Amino acid sequence: MPFSLKLEKRLEESKIIAFLVPLGSLLLALVFGAILLQSVGADPLRTYSAMIEGAFGTPVQWTQGDFYALTETLVKATPLMICGLAVSIAFRMLFWNIGAEGQLVMGGFAAGAVALWLPGMAPWLPHWAFLPLMALAGIVAGAAWGILPGLLKAYVKVNEIITTLMLNYIAILWLQYLYYGPWKDPKGFGFPGTAQFEPFTWLPRLIGRVHWGLVFALLAAIFIWLILSRTRWGYEIRLIGENPVAARYAGINIGRNIVLVMFLSGGLAGLAGMAEVAGISHRLQHGLAVGYGFTAIIVAWLAKLNPWGVVVVAFLLAALLVGGDQIQITMGLPAAMASVLQGAILFFMLGGNILTRYRVRIVRSLPAECTQEG
Amino acid sequence: MDRSDRPPAVEMRGIVKRFPGVLANDHIHFAVHAGEIHALLGENGAGKSTLMNILSGLYRPDAGEIWICPRGQTQPRRVDIRSPRDAINLGIGMVHQHFMLVPTLTVAENVILGLKDPRFLLRMRHVEEKIKQLSRQYHLQVDPSAYIWQLSVGEQQRVEIIKLLYRGAEVLILDEPTAVLTPQEAEELGRTLRRMAEEGKAIIFITHKLDEVIVFSDRVTVLRAGRNIATLDTARTDKAELARLMVGREVLFRVEKPAGVVCTNGEPPVLEVIQVEALNDRGLPALQGVSLEVCSGEIVGIAGVAGNGQRELAEVVTGLRPVTRGRVLVRGQDLTNQPPLRFIEAGVSHIPGDRLGMGLAGNLPVSDNLVMKAYRREPIANGPFLSRRAVLSFAQKLIQAFQIVTPTASVPVRTLSGGNLQKTILAREITASRDFASDHRRVLVAIHPTRGLDVGATEAVHRTLLEQRAQGAAILLISEDLEELLALADRIAVMYEGCIMGVVDATSANIEQLGLMMAGETHMTKETADRL
Amino acid sequence: MDVVLLISILTITIRAGTSLLYATIGEILTERSGILNLGVEGMMIMGAVSAFAAAFHTGSVWAGVATAIVVGGSLALIHAFLTITLRADQTVSGLALTIFGSGLASFLGQRLGPGGQPLVGQVGPRFEKIALPLLSDIPFLGDALFRQDVLVYGMYLLVPLAWFILYKTRPGLHLRAVGESPHTADAMGVNVPGLRYFYTVLGGMLVGLGGAHLSLAYTPGWTENLTSGRGWIAIALVIFATWDPARAVVGALLFGGVNAIQFRLQAAGTTIPAAFLNMLPYAFTVIVLVLITWWEAFRKRVGAPAALGVPYMREEVT
Repeated sequence: MPFSLKLEKRLEESKIIAFLVPLGSLLLALVFGAILLQSVGADPLRTYSAMIEGAFGTPVQWTQGDFYALTETLVKATPLMICGLAVSIAFRMLFWNIGAEGQLVMGGFAAGAVALWLPGMAPWLPHWAFLPLMALAGIVAGAAWGILPGLLKAYVKVNEIITTLMLNYIAILWLQYLYYGPWKDPKGFGFPGTAQFEPFTWLPRLIGRVHWGLVFALLAAIFIWLILSRTRWGYEIRLIGENPVAARYAGINIGRNIVLVMFLSGGLAGLAGMAEVAGISHRLQHGLAVGYGFTAIIVAWLAKLNPWGVVVVAFLLAALLVGGDQIQITMGLPAAMASVLQGAILFFMLGGNILTRYRVRIVRSLPAECTQEG
Repeated sequence: MDRSDRPPAVEMRGIVKRFPGVLANDHIHFAVHAGEIHALLGENGAGKSTLMNILSGLYRPDAGEIWICPRGQTQPRRVDIRSPRDAINLGIGMVHQHFMLVPTLTVAENVILGLKDPRFLLRMRHVEEKIKQLSRQYHLQVDPSAYIWQLSVGEQQRVEIIKLLYRGAEVLILDEPTAVLTPQEAEELGRTLRRMAEEGKAIIFITHKLDEVIVFSDRVTVLRAGRNIATLDTARTDKAELARLMVGREVLFRVEKPAGVVCTNGEPPVLEVIQVEALNDRGLPALQGVSLEVCSGEIVGIAGVAGNGQRELAEVVTGLRPVTRGRVLVRGQDLTNQPPLRFIEAGVSHIPGDRLGMGLAGNLPVSDNLVMKAYRREPIANGPFLSRRAVLSFAQKLIQAFQIVTPTASVPVRTLSGGNLQKTILAREITASRDFASDHRRVLVAIHPTRGLDVGATEAVHRTLLEQRAQGAAILLISEDLEELLALADRIAVMYEGCIMGVVDATSANIEQLGLMMAGETHMTKETADRL
Repeated sequence: MDVVLLISILTITIRAGTSLLYATIGEILTERSGILNLGVEGMMIMGAVSAFAAAFHTGSVWAGVATAIVVGGSLALIHAFLTITLRADQTVSGLALTIFGSGLASFLGQRLGPGGQPLVGQVGPRFEKIALPLLSDIPFLGDALFRQDVLVYGMYLLVPLAWFILYKTRPGLHLRAVGESPHTADAMGVNVPGLRYFYTVLGGMLVGLGGAHLSLAYTPGWTENLTSGRGWIAIALVIFATWDPARAVVGALLFGGVNAIQFRLQAAGTTIPAAFLNMLPYAFTVIVLVLITWWEAFRKRVGAPAALGVPYMREEVT
């Protein structure tokens, strides 16, 4: 018997369902992941518990004062938070910045350049000046990499999804060129990467490998939240995002706002890159572009572009990433499991969102009414 | 005419259709016979279009039955119309208010869209022959190989009718067919409809214009608030009775309007448009040397068939569209090709035709929509910051002053009714122009300000516009409703193909004269225009 | 100029352009129906990994091709369901598809080798070049055009076919109408959601096939990130081609040409660092996209289907 979905628009979004959908999406994604694991011959339950332990640790470890797992999750959450904020502010005004990855790389490159070459060029500079300079360089480089597609979109109307994406590849190849080529550490035994930075250019660590980048991330969240909810500029961004035609009608210069928002968005991603090289790797090498910029898109979307949501979701997805690494190490399962789960969560969220906007009724379509005679 | 011996060509029984929050059709009974022209009369929102969308298969009714009796048969049968294709297979076709034509396809391609023949290869010559034959038979002149985007609105309507005839439609539904036509084109359409009715087709036309009902139709069904109020023979009724049935009470045909202030010699016009040329979205000339003046305390109406440059004119005088030639002056200031913000700051406010498309951001709260222009100024703006308390108190003040019906100031604005959406825009725009302009000499540009509103809201909008006029605003009112223009405007300028055909005094103007100008027939010289 | 060199560049150009052209034609059909699918990269890489895995285990390249088509179509079906039935945002759904596809491809690539081992480094069956009798004997061009693999020949048929169907047949008329004005098409009895499902899935199948050409013919085998942005370049090519299959050929040849020159230079032992050569296609994409957008704006033309990316819903009170 044929069934069909009948959708009725809700006048107001349901708050309860808006809360339940992400939860349900997570569960369904886990079920999907379990089926996938089963089909490649892995034990889903064992895998999942390994992932959870890998990401958060166990109570036993906690009582022994071992918070390694948790701190590793925070380490990965840091760039995800900053990049998640970066893309969410751009998405707010319907600018699809898919280029956080490239902006992060350029930020890392510029900060790295300062750390590598400035001490030699300006030996008179006090050591405390380096970290601010590196942060500044990272922000400017990331912003430049973000402004380019912003300008192209604002003044030539070039599709920003493609330009930001292409610039990712260019940035990554550029960095590769440097650490495989002219900037390679001559004492590195052929290992691709630059020499290690001077210790005074390292971001101080808080606990484990958790560094000051996490503080940057939380400050950035406050900053973005303030802009969006408390400033005229934030109002303009929201208006453009909701209805660009109305925004223009209200006298808002959309092109200028695109460029400004991309400055902010690219700058934040660049800051994330600076934090990665100055806080974790202490050199430019393979492993800076590991997909934080892409995962950030999922973070932003799952958080519904809300800055506080970004902080929470970034932490959860970081746990997924760390858990993924863990199953690769301990069980020999691909770490890509984490991206599969992320994609699946996003799919279920997207599908589930309809429930907040529409009432879905399953109607059994009646058998076609026969035409009656007379 | 005696129809009792044959069952109706179409009979709709007890039709019910609900939309979220609205009961659009409430047990409507409606019947139309072969050979008659049947008017479906009602105000906006009375449920006319919904009922016909059900008959043409676009909507499915929640309850009710449809019975048809095809030509040559005597027994009606019950049918289930699940899609427009079902409808057309049963010989029922509809010309929608917004034409159902694909602009990038040719006339012939549009005509055969959705048909089973040709089955695979598009052999267009045969199709074009058949179209030419139909256009000769019904006097519907159109070139089958032209692209739709090249055609005028009147021609597009003919394509729509040919499309139905090509499909062998016996029941033709036309949704407000004259709204986009000049009075002369409308008369021509009337003759075409009569010719089709004489051939035994049943014609239903939806309208809210009483004159058309009297002139065109044999019978009329009046809908009000989703219910069938009456079905009458046109010959045995008159405009007053129809108006009473349609609205539910006696209506005045004229708005009370105090005498206007005519531009005095001493005071320069508030809004001046001088020899302006501009392009439309496709880069084609939309305005070709338009000159216009609006003085303080004056309403200048712009009449014309849709798509003759009215929208572009409104965008030019609000800074939303660049001009390629000419100048735009507000209060003597040259604002030619300045950004929209400069116009806003000069005291130009704008009530756009597309409320949720341009005038409001549907998902943002009412309060955010109300401050869309005031957010740049104190007390709402506090340096780069926005004072949330000031936003709310500003919104509360406007909600009260303009009697906007909303549960709170923080619900999304799209949940409001059409009338309250318009009040929200009016409240914001009038306050903005008052705040930005240092004196009474401000500009209000209103486009179709009452389109889609019920009688009460329409009256409120008219009252507000007249109040603004009394306070000295210079108002540019763009409308396709000649009655509205005649009632409100002091002078009426008629636009045709991007030119102003002439400017007439509203008190001495008549519909025929305006109609001829809307069709581009008479081009008044500048001298005559000045004299008026 | 050295004729042999030119012929070899043209040969590589065509080989490199084939996977792009399959994906571009697929996405053109999808977008013509009004659905924007940004999941091309994800579908393409899944097509590549599944084609190679299937061919590796069955020993048949055709099994690989069939698998890639089914996988590409299935992934597109997810997008179709989310955006057409559940009205999810097309941009986000497409991005999700790319992220999901890339992750799953990487996952499967590490598990689908012999005995659950990675596929990387495995050697499997591949499409061999077949010289077409007579045609391949045409001087100069014969070698480049008609000494290629079967999937290249398939493309020679696909492009004119897609063009012909789009502009000269009834299904093509319906497809153009659905993307341009779904309300009209619906009112005229065209099944809008049905056609959108059909062309989204068909588009996904062609994209999957493009992926199969990569892993079975162009660079046989599986490596991580095999597609390296080709799916995105295909989306740029759709804009370049102004949604016209015939013009897509020019775009694909252009990009194939960039690849070919990059190869030749590398083979010739140029001093230009490999990273810069590898940047070429991406930088070229940006430049071409800017130029074409600027040019189309200058000519006041909007090539995109008017309803692209806009969900269609019949029952709405206006």
